[in-house]
Amino acid sequence: MIPTVPQSSVLKWSYRAYVTLFFVYLALPLSVVCVFAFNNSLFPSLPWEGFTLAWFFGTEAPFIGVFHERSILRAIGTSAFVAVWVAGLSVAVGTCNAFLFVRHDFRGKGMLYILMLLPLIIPGVILGISILVFASSVANTLEDATGLWFDGLRPGLILVILGQFSFITTFATLVISARLQKFDQSLEEAALNLGATRWGAVRQITLPFLLPAITGAGVVAVLMSFENFNTTLMLVGSDSPLTITMFDKLKHGSTPVLNAVSLLLIILSATLGVLSLIFQRSKNEK
Amino acid sequence: MRSDQSKLGFYLLLSPLLLWLVTLIILPHMGLFAVSISEKVGVREYETGFGNYAVFFNEPLYWRTFARTAIMSIMTTVLTLLLGFPIAYYIAKLMRGRAKTTLFLMCLIPFWVSELVRTFGWMILLRETGVLSNFLQFIGVIDGPVEFLYNDAAIMVGLVYTSILFMIVPLVTTLDSLDDSLIEAGYDLGGSGFSILREIVIPHAMPGIVSGCIVVFMLSLGNYLTPILLGGKDSLWFTGLIYTQFITRFNWELGSAFGFLLLALSSTIVFLGLKLSRQSLTNTMGR
Repeated sequence: MIPTVPQSSVLKWSYRAYVTLFFVYLALPLSVVCVFAFNNSLFPSLPWEGFTLAWFFGTEAPFIGVFHERSILRAIGTSAFVAVWVAGLSVAVGTCNAFLFVRHDFRGKGMLYILMLLPLIIPGVILGISILVFASSVANTLEDATGLWFDGLRPGLILVILGQFSFITTFATLVISARLQKFDQSLEEAALNLGATRWGAVRQITLPFLLPAITGAGVVAVLMSFENFNTTLMLVGSDSPLTITMFDKLKHGSTPVLNAVSLLLIILSATLGVLSLIFQRSKNEK
Repeated sequence: MRSDQSKLGFYLLLSPLLLWLVTLIILPHMGLFAVSISEKVGVREYETGFGNYAVFFNEPLYWRTFARTAIMSIMTTVLTLLLGFPIAYYIAKLMRGRAKTTLFLMCLIPFWVSELVRTFGWMILLRETGVLSNFLQFIGVIDGPVEFLYNDAAIMVGLVYTSILFMIVPLVTTLDSLDDSLIEAGYDLGGSGFSILREIVIPHAMPGIVSGCIVVFMLSLGNYLTPILLGGKDSLWFTGLIYTQFITRFNWELGSAFGFLLLALSSTIVFLGLKLSRQSLTNTMGR
């Protein structure tokens, strides 16, 4: 079962055939999504009616392309807005968590670490509804007490950001902690000996060392925020991010515009994914 | 002075963590439980009791959907493990250098793409006017268009597809760290392929298997998109019921009870999985 141990050729070839089949299975759905973005038909299905770019650039109904479909453009904007906030918040908190868990020993550390991991094993829908219920009860209490309105605690973008932040922070913490663990603390001590302040040493030496992990965590956070569905679904208000908008359109019958959006998403996420790998590679070389 | 400063630093680092955990994880879940045990008796009047849970157990549709969701998620997990293990083994043990990186990357790409897009791809493939139906007509296996969507098999295909990457990644990581010479030693001592798999490979890969299974089970159980889009009207999924109670019916009390039951189920199974395999959450998830 390893290259140095001889195997019968039938076994070897059937293994290879299985692996090939698996990769076909993996590639098939994404490929058809991409191909049908160019089909000159009103539905993303066969028969093939010829090649067109109308689903990207078309301006006349029913062939309105992505770049002229207002609801989709607005949703992309909303998603980007949410993603930037989620990435910023979760990377900031994740960096603090990493320093806390790697550098400090304190009572209840193990317990807090397990609590920190919990969002990984709570289903997204549950995270969504629990935050929804909690925010609404806080809003109700505050409104009863003060007579003012607290729209930020009602379903809407703030709750979507908080909902995604609640579990993406765990991923950011894990990525950044892994890198911080590899840091040689004598470098920081040397800086202190040379007269640097504690914060100065961290800023000049430790943070630059962490930068690849911080950037990587940020990219992962943006990707996860962009594609999140379950948590967002429960917290969304009138402005909906891209996944929710696409889901609504999909339920009411799909057009190849969705294929065109998906193709753009595939390109974007593949690029971002490869970028985050490059960051991780530069991390390994050091 | 110095220790005062580091104490201040410690509390400054601790506060974002506590703020995050308390306001977004702990209090909301306690709140969810509190709502789930309150029964509506009149307009804005509530009583504490387990009535919402009684509703769940008395209505066959609810608990059957619950059981169905659990069973199908377990099936998905098993299927994913069986399908993914040979692939992970192939990548980790039989490939070297650039080919290995490329294959691994090819596994990761669908995982970066939104779940909605992946499910959409399966809809295009499986629907009545879709690629598979047309292809089978073209090669003459079937006479007219056939609907492959909207059944349990379609849900399974979609769920396995969505989650198999979360099985393969931890498996590759653990198998990668297994020294080839151990396998060679196994052969030298006269072990068969099967006994080596059972005695050496699987025990070594156990942390990866457990972490993969936990993540896949969790993702399937909590999935909403795939069952709704690929399963059609008759195939209910528990998250769908939660959504209906919360958003459509506005019955938050019952919805919370449902949510809590789903959370209890997923935690119980994760806990049992960790206990049976003698792994800890910190080891498997906090790699």
